Amino acid sequence: MADVKKLLKEYEHKLPPSILLDLEKSLPEKITPARLKKIFERVYQEYITSVAEPGEAVGLVCAESIGEPGTQMTLNTFHFAGVSEMNVTTGLPRLIEILDGRKEISTEMMEIYLNDPFNKGKDIKKIAESLKETKFDEFISEASIDIAQLTMEIKLDSRKLEALNFEPEKLIKILQKSVKACSFKLEGDKLIVKMSEKDENINDLYKFKEKIKLVYVHGIKGIRQVLPVKRGEEYLIVTLGSNLKDVFKLEVVDTTRTRTNNIFETNKVLGIEAARAIIIDELYKVIQAQGLNVDIRHIMLVADTMCMGGKVSGINRYGIVKDKSSVLARASFETPIRHIMDSAMMGDRDKLSSVIENVMLNQVVPVGTGLPGLVTKVK
Amino acid sequence: MAENPDITHVLVPEHQKISDKEKEELLKKYGLTGQELPKINSKDPAISHLALKVGDIVKIKRKSPTAKVSTFYRVVIDE
Repeated sequence: MADVKKLLKEYEHKLPPSILLDLEKSLPEKITPARLKKIFERVYQEYITSVAEPGEAVGLVCAESIGEPGTQMTLNTFHFAGVSEMNVTTGLPRLIEILDGRKEISTEMMEIYLNDPFNKGKDIKKIAESLKETKFDEFISEASIDIAQLTMEIKLDSRKLEALNFEPEKLIKILQKSVKACSFKLEGDKLIVKMSEKDENINDLYKFKEKIKLVYVHGIKGIRQVLPVKRGEEYLIVTLGSNLKDVFKLEVVDTTRTRTNNIFETNKVLGIEAARAIIIDELYKVIQAQGLNVDIRHIMLVADTMCMGGKVSGINRYGIVKDKSSVLARASFETPIRHIMDSAMMGDRDKLSSVIENVMLNQVVPVGTGLPGLVTKVK
Repeated sequence: MAENPDITHVLVPEHQKISDKEKEELLKKYGLTGQELPKINSKDPAISHLALKVGDIVKIKRKSPTAKVSTFYRVVIDE
């Protein structure tokens, strides 16, 4: 056993941890030190031959490997969209959304994990409901306008108040803060609203009625729908709409696992590495959901490329293509005239150090065997 | 030092500042200048506890689905 430990230590920097772990597990119980050494050597040889060689066009292979199954996705998309209970964007539209690095995505979702006593399922509905952004119109069961006295009578929904543990007085306080020009009075379960401005008229009152409905009262801004879900042993809350920063402030929330599918928000709250992880997760989820099989290494490469610059940039002319140093490489992608004109004016130089510009000039591209230069001594 | 007290999240790997000596060795090993490395914003929440300057290099121990753990380096830039 001591030999194994020694060899594992020796190969620590030569082989990735996952291979060492697998190797350690699959070694036979009794083995001579010489054979053990031989096994390690063979594994190392095998590993070296399977590593991507310098100059291999990994980006190209990646583009093909994602692009080819992507063509099949187009047809599948419309079948799968809208099946799940929340009508989530999946398939090709979602794939494009992620790769483009869009700031505003079509379906923002969060998975909110809860801390220990709360994730057992007790009161899960109440917790979920308290997260949801609630506006004043949800507390109204009936609203009418008294034309003669120019007042508004609002009958409050007592069930809703109870569900959120809200006192009518507390509600009035919140309303008073956001709506200035009126006074509130409570009569039984009715709320009498009187505008305090002198030149009030009936039109203003109607407008005011619509306005007061949209006053934010409770919950977390941006969370439009909540759905308690049981996953394995524990309960979690899936939400439509996302606000990672404010959700993290809550005590019941497990801040180590709660996540959103918004890449930019993740980058802002948790940093670039978390954004990269989310990109990988989301891309892989889309591809898996379509029943396709793309190696995760390709997806990791895409995510790495998108997060190279310290911020999330999409695979388009405003993102990673913009950061290319070569003028011709940029021009070959989209809007060629503008790039060539701009660089002509600025007096840019092109070092012809990458692939596409050399293709354009009919030269050897620095890929594979074209990468190394040969040096000979002239006699 | 290694753990960020503000952010403990499964998606955020460990970020570490590397010393000047390690930095030199790293750049020599890969034949790079500092600015050719992938970048990280100096205001990135994951490195808020490290007190980094522009030009410092952060070593990141990522969890990887293929290699279990992989090391990645980012140079700090100012946005």
